[in-house]
Amino acid sequence: MSARTLFEKIWDSHVVAPETTDTPAVIYIDLHLVHEVTSPQAFSELRERGLKLRRPDRTLATLDHSTPTLPALPNGERPYANAEAKAQVAQLETNCREFGVKLYGWDSSDRGIVHVIGPELGATQPGMTIVCGDSHTSTHGAFGALAFGIGTTEVGHVMATQCLLQRKPKTFAIHVDGKLPRGVGAKDLILHIIGEIGVDGGTGHVLEYRGAAIEALSIEERMTVCNMSIEAGARAGLIAPDETTFAWLKGRPNAPQGAAWDAAVQRWRNLHSDADATYDREVRIDAGQIRPTVTYGTHPGMAIAMDKPVPAARNAQEQRALDYMQGKPNQPMQGTAVDVVFIGSCTNSRLSDLREAASVLRGRHVANGVRMLVVPGSEAVRRDAEREGLHEVFLAAGAEWRIPGCSMCIAMNGDLAQPGQLVVSTSNRNFEGRQGRGARTVLASPATAAASAIAGAIADPREYLQEVAA
Amino acid sequence: MQSVTRIHSRTAVLVDENIDTDRIIPARFLTTTERSGLGKYAFQDWRYRQDGGDNPDFPLNKPEARGCNILVAGRNFGCGSSREHAPWALLDYGIQAVLCSEIADIFRGNALKNGLLAIVLDEAEHRWLLSNPGTELSIDVREQVIELPDGGRIHFRLEPFARHCLLNGVDQLGFLLQQAEAITQYEQQQEKAA
Repeated sequence: MSARTLFEKIWDSHVVAPETTDTPAVIYIDLHLVHEVTSPQAFSELRERGLKLRRPDRTLATLDHSTPTLPALPNGERPYANAEAKAQVAQLETNCREFGVKLYGWDSSDRGIVHVIGPELGATQPGMTIVCGDSHTSTHGAFGALAFGIGTTEVGHVMATQCLLQRKPKTFAIHVDGKLPRGVGAKDLILHIIGEIGVDGGTGHVLEYRGAAIEALSIEERMTVCNMSIEAGARAGLIAPDETTFAWLKGRPNAPQGAAWDAAVQRWRNLHSDADATYDREVRIDAGQIRPTVTYGTHPGMAIAMDKPVPAARNAQEQRALDYMQGKPNQPMQGTAVDVVFIGSCTNSRLSDLREAASVLRGRHVANGVRMLVVPGSEAVRRDAEREGLHEVFLAAGAEWRIPGCSMCIAMNGDLAQPGQLVVSTSNRNFEGRQGRGARTVLASPATAAASAIAGAIADPREYLQEVAA
Repeated sequence: MQSVTRIHSRTAVLVDENIDTDRIIPARFLTTTERSGLGKYAFQDWRYRQDGGDNPDFPLNKPEARGCNILVAGRNFGCGSSREHAPWALLDYGIQAVLCSEIADIFRGNALKNGLLAIVLDEAEHRWLLSNPGTELSIDVREQVIELPDGGRIHFRLEPFARHCLLNGVDQLGFLLQQAEAITQYEQQQEKAA
């Protein structure tokens, strides 16, 4: 067989029926993740057509998008944003009972953002096909899985048949050579990559991140990178699994155990692109040149090193974006006044993200007039963080420490910014109104977000890290 | 799904590039468990002013854009989230076709599965349509051609299976369900291999 990329190996091993001129390939799905927002209409469809859910054992559900991040009231009531949100959550509880789906709900000590808990549980594994009615499903590509977001109609397809109809996407290699400088992390890297290839640079493609700088990343950092593949328009993004991956997965509840683990690792070692495999597109990035990076416009492709002047608008679109952001051309983003800081989301809400933010905040205080929200990605992250006392660092700094959920990333649960407010956010989208109507979002790393909270203005975290070191 | 064979309408134009799904329908309206009635939220924060009144600057609020079923939009329409609420809202709002030089992957798939024609055009044709709002077009799904008032024709290509489903008013789930035997066989092979 001719040389194949990692993506092609995973694709080939999941073809139930091959692609023809008339019909797309039938692709088998190993793991289906479900949440309350994009599933109710799919369950209704099954019910109307009298269909069963084919593989409840390959389906896993949680509550994350519409859920409040403030604790339950003394009477046990959850402070939902509105009655509809409450009903939507209740609907998923009912649907999971009726169709036999395991729900990591309010009573579960493993509940959390769907893309945080899948890996934590060891449900996400190398070589799998993974889908969810959520575009950030690309996160799971960090394990060498082919993982992508689907719409609700396709959620129904997977529920009924465990398969999807797909045309084969193209491949796109992102080689990241060299080494990230001190104080520059995975978030800076992916914002830089999207800035380079553009917000639609990956359309129709599956990205494969590779090279020395990628191999040096921890699993949590790889998740941050793969998470934002969709922000370059890509179908998915993945990284070949290696010892880092295996060590992270070993012993997790849903991972294979004993002899089955050894056999799985042996299989997973073949999951890499062959040396002479070719890609439809390739780009090279020098990690050593990357500096703390933030967005300055209204899509994630408008990203720039924070100390570099924001470019003047080249067209009406960019002017509209700059006007919305109230940005000043030829000025750097660094120093821009901040109203709100949000640390959380499927991009940056894991333990290492919270540690990174806490290392900057420890012994310091959020600037006057700045509101800071820290929302752990899952109950497990919350537990681990509290065990380490990270929540005390955040609370002492004047930040709010919330319970897990998507929160201000999608701002549909009542956690939102006011019109005109500038939010430095560790999330993934800076679209107009994403964090509240009229709110202005600047995407950044957890370290940059924490430094900006202290300074009351967008700040370079390296200044704070150096102080700690000294 | 209703069959879609021909759409005849004047065009309305949104020249903006990268119109994301949050702009098409803001996330705060995604708490619904229904797929109907979402047209009232389409382009909510663009279409209405903060005080709830119509925004006169929103191109689709202009009298000449009212009743247009074909939307010509700037490049990379539908980028962002996988919410199928975006095509549901557009269809309910009255949009039956989106013409663009590039359409985000997930949105395009979602649109076609709901009978919303998501059509990718050459850049030159796209540019012409962007600068000529109100052009009377007839989209023929069977022939994959857009007829212009002056007799000009623009060819386009839909994914063949999506086109088959549109023309026949059938959905893709029926086809997948027919694969049951092959799916069972695949599952058995996998279990043996593991």
